[in-house]
Amino acid sequence: MTVNPSSPSLFARTRQSDLWYSFTRQRSAVFAAVLLAVLIISAFTAPLYAPQNPFDPAQLELWNAEIPPIWLEGGQWPYLLGTDTQGRDILSAILYGSRISILIGIASVVFALLIGIGSGLAAGYYGGFVENALMRVGDILLSIPTILIAILVSAIVRELLPPALRDVGAAGVLVLAIVLSGWVQYARTVRAQTAVERRKEYVQAAQLLKVPARRIMFSHILPNTLTPILVAATLNFGMAILTEATLSFLGIGMPPSQPSLGTLIRLGNQFLFSGMWWIVLFPVLQLCLLVVSVNLLGDWLRDALNPKLR
Amino acid sequence: MIVFLIKRLANAAFVMLVVALMAFMIFRFVGDPVQLMVNEQTTQAERDELRERLGLNQSMPMQYLHFVANAVQGDFGISYRNQQEVMSLIAERFPATIELVLMATIISLVVGVPLGVITAIHRGKWYSEGLQFLSIIGVSLPSFVIGIMLILVFSVMFNILPAFGRGDVVSIGWWTTGLLTASGRAALILPSIALSFYQITLVMRLVRAEMLEVLRSDFIKFARARGVPAWRVHYSHALRNCLMPVVTMTAMNIGSLIAFALITETVFQWPGMGLLFIQAVTFVDIPVMAAYLCIVSFIFVALNTLVDITYALIDPRLRNAKA
Repeated sequence: MTVNPSSPSLFARTRQSDLWYSFTRQRSAVFAAVLLAVLIISAFTAPLYAPQNPFDPAQLELWNAEIPPIWLEGGQWPYLLGTDTQGRDILSAILYGSRISILIGIASVVFALLIGIGSGLAAGYYGGFVENALMRVGDILLSIPTILIAILVSAIVRELLPPALRDVGAAGVLVLAIVLSGWVQYARTVRAQTAVERRKEYVQAAQLLKVPARRIMFSHILPNTLTPILVAATLNFGMAILTEATLSFLGIGMPPSQPSLGTLIRLGNQFLFSGMWWIVLFPVLQLCLLVVSVNLLGDWLRDALNPKLR
Repeated sequence: MIVFLIKRLANAAFVMLVVALMAFMIFRFVGDPVQLMVNEQTTQAERDELRERLGLNQSMPMQYLHFVANAVQGDFGISYRNQQEVMSLIAERFPATIELVLMATIISLVVGVPLGVITAIHRGKWYSEGLQFLSIIGVSLPSFVIGIMLILVFSVMFNILPAFGRGDVVSIGWWTTGLLTASGRAALILPSIALSFYQITLVMRLVRAEMLEVLRSDFIKFARARGVPAWRVHYSHALRNCLMPVVTMTAMNIGSLIAFALITETVFQWPGMGLLFIQAVTFVDIPVMAAYLCIVSFIFVALNTLVDITYALIDPRLRNAKA
């Protein structure tokens, strides 16, 4: 695509869009966006300033174990939020753990989107057998609670992997489990919208011009189905982070050697009664902040893109 | 109506057959059942005999048929881990889960419905906006986090409620209940609140949306014009018209609550089916996993089918819709 010099730049177009206007008017959306940006940037730049690399056993010193947060008696610099029983700095662990949680969340949403959009477009455009097959598979997946699918997939795939790969492949297994339990929603939404769009004149015109089916689907129909998908993807990003945390909490997610937020909560949960509340509380707070900010953004986006509420 | 009924039941049966197929595949292909059941001293002849006895020499479709036939009779084989019949293990744990789920459902209705009504009537007031905001936070908090926070506050800080187990239970026939003893009731409080949290926000949002819709309708305006007191308009006229979808959602969600209970049960070490399942997952105890999958899916599918059929009984227009 060439940029026409007389047309406004992307930046200017964004500034003048309805969406931007609605965004600046909604304090909770701005707040959520800033919070999310801070969380993501701090997680990904953590190696630059975090006091230690919590994944590197060589950096963990046992005599630094069980230090309380710095504002309590016995707190020590640089362990701002204290350390756990292995001498792992909680703040570093949280930052590195958020990075894993966010990456798994993004990867699951992207793959679920690819599968969901692809199959939904094909089903809606061609109809017939493809459509029936997809709807049946969707019916069956929706008749089992999603958390159960995720747990079963995660447990079984891990079992089928050779033991040497289990820790390395843990993130991949989690993404697979979340994708398999989540793609149906996108497929259904896209299919329903595509079935409506394909009967419209612009699609018929393109068909008469012998535009290839794939191009009609992806560059003509797809842009018109994206609004509900965008909202669902935002909310599902939060859901994916939660599912990952839940699986890791249950002990079938990320291993303790590369802990995500869920793994940290599971490990800290064992010390709930020993008075070391900081080991579990701070990962919990970070997880909540992350998911709340994503959900606030998703909620705003849903209302902002809904023409009925204008 | 008969046609609709048959179609809907056939659909449910088909879904269950596929779920059973998945359970069967897990059973058959994740690890060799014979290998998992024998020890080193077992001779090859004994292994072959066991293979024969388990029916593993037959063709795949025949094995699947056997699996389904046994499953329908409640026979899911023997647990690899503690050598007991899977079905008796699950039956033992079943009452604990059901009590937890029903308690959580009751809490979600008792708390969620009034909150929904309040936020709908006083829309725009600071407290209803606050409740709306809280409900987003409620949806965002995973249930294990709520459980941990409840334990931290009520068991660790104030030490007033038990954090794990089910307390003392009383047996009534094969059913065990914790509702009849003081320690059993105390043990139920935290887990059921943790499990109901998400459900409360769902009920509240649904009631609010429905109320806003109903409050705009003519019969409400008419009741107001006639001088019916506001509280009667809200709680008797309007609320009654919102309850149908709430009842439906509650009924349908009991299935997913049973599934979600496994997280709550893990946090509180509640001796229900979910805890059994999670322990089975960590030990790769396939028969228990397969049985749990089938039973939870069955409850889920049965409730959905029941709701659909009830709807078709009430509203004839739905009978002709594609089932």
